[in-house]
Amino acid sequence: MSSLTMGNRFGRNTTVQSENNRPNSLTSGHRACQGCGEALAARCSLDAAYIETKGNIAVVNATGCLEVFSCAYPENSWNIPWVHSLFGNAAAVASGVAAAFKSQKKDIRVIAQGGDGGTTDIGMACLSGMFERNDDVLYICYDNEAYMNTGVQRSSATLTFARTATTLPNGQYMGNDIRTGKNVPEIAMAHGIPYVASASIGDIHDLEKKVKKAIHIKGAKYIQIHSPCPLGWGYPTENTIQLAKLAIKCGLYPLFEAENGVVVNSTAIDNIISVESYLKGQKRFAHLFGKNAQVNSWKVIQELANNHIRKYKLGEVVYE
Amino acid sequence: MNKPFATVLDPGTSLNNKTGSWRTIRPEYVHRLPPCNVTCPAGENIQQWLSLAQEGRFFEAWLEMIKDNPFPATMGRVCYHTCETTCNRVQFDGAVNINLIERSIGDIAISKNWKFSPPEKSSGKNVLIIGAGPSGLSAAYFLRKFGHNVTIYESHKLPGGMARYGVPKYRLPRHILDAEIQRIIDLGVNIKCNQKVDCLNDVKDKFDAVYLAVGASLASQTDIEISDDSKTVDAIDLFKNLEDYPDEVPNLGQKVLVYGGGNTAIDAARTALRLGAKSVKIIYRRTINNMPAHESEIQEALSEGVEIHCLRTISSIKGEKILLAKMNYDEETNNLFKTGETELVIADSVIFAIGQSVEDSIVKNTKGILISNKGVIEINKSMQTGVKGVFAGGDVIHGKRTVTHAIGYGKKAAKSIDAFLNGKEYEPNLKNEIANFKKLNTEYYKSDKRKEVCRLGELNFEEKDVSYSDEQIIQESNRCFSCGNCFHCDNCYAYCPDNAIIKHEDGTLEFNYDYCKGCGICAKECPCGSIRMVTDDIN
Amino acid sequence: MLQQLEGSQALAKAIALCRPQVVCAYPITPQTHIVEGIGELVRNGTLKNCEFLNVESEMAAISVAIGSEAAGVRSYTATSSQGLLYMMEAVYNASGLELPIVMTLGNRTIGSPINIWNDHSDAMSVRDAGWLMLFAENNQEAVDLHIQAFKIAESIKCPVMVCVDGFVLTHAYEQVNIPEQNEVDEFLPKYNPHISMDKKHSYAIGAMVSPNDFMEVRYLAHKRQLDALDVISNVREEFLSKFNRNSGGLIRGYNIDGADTVIVAMGSVLGTIKDAVDNLNASGNEKFGVLSIISYRPFPQNEIKKALNQAKRVIVVEKAFALGKGGILSQEIELVLKGLNIDVISIIAGIGGRIITKQMLMECFENPKDKFQFLGLNRATIEKEYQSPCISKVGKE
Repeated sequence: MSSLTMGNRFGRNTTVQSENNRPNSLTSGHRACQGCGEALAARCSLDAAYIETKGNIAVVNATGCLEVFSCAYPENSWNIPWVHSLFGNAAAVASGVAAAFKSQKKDIRVIAQGGDGGTTDIGMACLSGMFERNDDVLYICYDNEAYMNTGVQRSSATLTFARTATTLPNGQYMGNDIRTGKNVPEIAMAHGIPYVASASIGDIHDLEKKVKKAIHIKGAKYIQIHSPCPLGWGYPTENTIQLAKLAIKCGLYPLFEAENGVVVNSTAIDNIISVESYLKGQKRFAHLFGKNAQVNSWKVIQELANNHIRKYKLGEVVYE
Repeated sequence: MNKPFATVLDPGTSLNNKTGSWRTIRPEYVHRLPPCNVTCPAGENIQQWLSLAQEGRFFEAWLEMIKDNPFPATMGRVCYHTCETTCNRVQFDGAVNINLIERSIGDIAISKNWKFSPPEKSSGKNVLIIGAGPSGLSAAYFLRKFGHNVTIYESHKLPGGMARYGVPKYRLPRHILDAEIQRIIDLGVNIKCNQKVDCLNDVKDKFDAVYLAVGASLASQTDIEISDDSKTVDAIDLFKNLEDYPDEVPNLGQKVLVYGGGNTAIDAARTALRLGAKSVKIIYRRTINNMPAHESEIQEALSEGVEIHCLRTISSIKGEKILLAKMNYDEETNNLFKTGETELVIADSVIFAIGQSVEDSIVKNTKGILISNKGVIEINKSMQTGVKGVFAGGDVIHGKRTVTHAIGYGKKAAKSIDAFLNGKEYEPNLKNEIANFKKLNTEYYKSDKRKEVCRLGELNFEEKDVSYSDEQIIQESNRCFSCGNCFHCDNCYAYCPDNAIIKHEDGTLEFNYDYCKGCGICAKECPCGSIRMVTDDIN
Repeated sequence: MLQQLEGSQALAKAIALCRPQVVCAYPITPQTHIVEGIGELVRNGTLKNCEFLNVESEMAAISVAIGSEAAGVRSYTATSSQGLLYMMEAVYNASGLELPIVMTLGNRTIGSPINIWNDHSDAMSVRDAGWLMLFAENNQEAVDLHIQAFKIAESIKCPVMVCVDGFVLTHAYEQVNIPEQNEVDEFLPKYNPHISMDKKHSYAIGAMVSPNDFMEVRYLAHKRQLDALDVISNVREEFLSKFNRNSGGLIRGYNIDGADTVIVAMGSVLGTIKDAVDNLNASGNEKFGVLSIISYRPFPQNEIKKALNQAKRVIVVEKAFALGKGGILSQEIELVLKGLNIDVISIIAGIGGRIITKQMLMECFENPKDKFQFLGLNRATIEKEYQSPCISKVGKE
């Protein structure tokens, strides 16, 4: 018996996902790829919210993989009230849903969800507006670090040097060598909203805890969940959870919570690993390690991880 | 409500989309054999009884133990627990203390007076077992459970064989052994002590089958030159005397040499200390790393003050002067040779612990029973000798001579004899694939140090009470990885992106192949390696 | 009650009487006064149970309305010009999701060059977006059309855009009759949504639809618009009997019986046109009539045909045109009149807020020189530009 597993025979420290009567907010028959991290992340998040609210949730979904694979006529994989409008407006639609409930005095908690493209890029304006108004919405971003639905193009959440269809490595070009991306949790914090957190499907206990906490908070909430994508990252489908765990362990995906703009808690890493062991399992970084790779180019990514380790107090930097 | 066409859909309707058709490989639940179970000479389903112990269900745990071994409390003391050597947790943070858990639960069983349930049927067949050692008693237990009438002839005063006459009391208190033997007697096994069988032919025809479990109780002979005024004793005789004549304490003197490197040598050395010797030296011909004795025994002996002199053999014993020949040993070639140097040591007595051999006179006149050149009885894979209906096991056959092995032989022999009595041939079950460390995903186990105990007590024949409390049993049992067998951690169920696993109300899990896309996350995230991916049938 | 009000203030009061529960506002001239007015009514307690959201863009404004309508409450927003274009993708989305949002479009031209004044370019850019589009002739009609709009939208599950000419109406003070709350409540009962989002209604709204079914979805939307023709007429009649005002409906004729020439137009310019026609009818031999088109979408072809088929000539005065082609409304009228041997003349007028005077119209109606012309176009400016070496001579007039 171990408390690190999803469930156990003793019912101690178990997850919603281990319950035989879990809601399955996202049910079988959806068309996500094999090993999809986002499908799992969405079910985990919404089930947790569902349990906490006794089913009183309504969900707004941005366009993207999650929307496309879950709801195509005549089949709907959702077991919760759900609406999809457009790619960039999920936060605003959610504001509208929340306003509707408020005007009707209904106690239904509103969740907006989308991928990183729909959140950190095209959805940014509506997201920021929702934050700034402190609308009573929990926005969940399933972060798989690129536009996967359209065929793996770069987003502002794409990790440095990652190969995408629009950042092909070639000679002097190192994949996504444009910039280091947009730290949306920090942007959310800068709005001073009551709750911001990062989470990962590599730690579902933590993920559920954060969703359960956030769903009760009045005002705008933001949770960004790392959700590996086998297709876009280029790894065998069974490694989804493993990669999510490695991203946490090397410091690239810090798990933390912030309240009213201030980090209040972060998950320390027991044994920090090198980013190399995370990167090497993914084809999107193969050019950093192949025969023709520039020596130690991946150390730029190590530095990103080290910055997180220092900034979020995840432990001592081990790999320089 | 009149919902808009196509854009507004009822919940959960994607269940119509059977995504299982995407799959080329599929997961299946398997039972793999935990290494502890593989290496247990008695074949105990350790993982299973640890699982019960985790829940505090000690009685059920004990019932699970006695499916393979009628001597939990005894084995929890004298077994050299290869289970712990191969325990996958060794590669993580230390083996589960299986041995001590078994002992603790065995002790609970004795203190609560738990009994074996009587046989469910009676076959009317009569089986004779010669020798009430661990192997004979084990065979008796299983045969009785199968419904046969069992009689044991035992030459010694008391039953127990080497468990009694080869293991000192401080390691195995006799009330423990007696209690566990009594359960077998209570089952209806008829043990006749002081009943030496001189010739198998005299008795075999009176029974439907015979199990020869006379052990190896003859001390091996040496060609060392020993003068008449020397004081030497065989370890096996020393133990027998201590057991049968407890009032006659042998005087070994202040300085004692023990010759040999096995567990018996260690026991002899530690016994000598307890009998008052001030200096006990073990003389062993190879290096300490090559000693056949169990490492924990060696360590305990050293802790008690026993010295071990390696790379030496005894050349001659003249009174108190013992001449040692120094040896050289090449581990790679296994070449052992004298260096030519010698060393003289002074000792009051020398205990020989260089092995035991089978007293084969019992079968000398039985045509068909063969004695190998190693002096043991030859058997086939069903443990049957050359004579139909006569089986042999324990120390009389070729194999490892430990109490645990003896119990395992007894079990196997019982199954073979049962099959024979039913006119069949015993077929052992096919073994499952082994759940080695590579098949586990140990990220899901929390580091939790093994709860060690120090067995060393005072230098007397009393056993130190180190058994776990109930709480400690539960705690230590919970360290079990449950290698190769689902322990209901629900990882597969929780992680499946397609909800393609059904969790029933009783907690059991089932793959729903209608939706499983074959991603393999379940198998990867299974901590204990009880999910296997196999190629799917393409219909 | 008759009040002297700015058009936007009148609209704010009218919309508040319809009891929307979510109103979202993003400023763009010339619709700002409307949402400002509603905001004030919310804050002073006149409009109760209404969430008034100050959003960060038009995209958010329409999206909030989409969300609140999906969750089953009456929702309203307003925009103009660039704002409409900024929310364009959501405009289509709202109608595709069959959400009965009511939106005021304070008509304004579209840049570049940036220009805040009135024409119908904005409305014409969304004419195929699946919304019903109603054009108000004056502020009284604007008020009345909004009250009707909620009823129409909710009964056919389709969003309605009420087009109100920027400045000309939104900023004009006129005497307007604002109905009483109880009258509006009787006319427009409490919203009974056809979809909502709660445990009992766990629908997915906004599914993806493949080529196998998409055309059917669009066909049904088209059919719903055609069905709306009856609904709009009926609501007009109901409104007439309740409030005793002839507002709304599909089209409205003015002196068209026996008219030789009928002027067709939408929105506030109709007032000036009617003045011009009155003058012409009083002085000349040729008889002029006027046809107001109130419902631009759905387009009431049969009614228009019936109204115009006796005319010898039809002049369409339109405040938007398709660059590279010509008039938009006039083309649609021409198609309606195809085969009837009626001349259709297109006068592009008031683009970017260009003044339209009665005199200009009268001259034009009396003697339309071309089939397609720009009212008040400054030829000298054009000629001067053609002298510039930068302009290609190929296109010289």
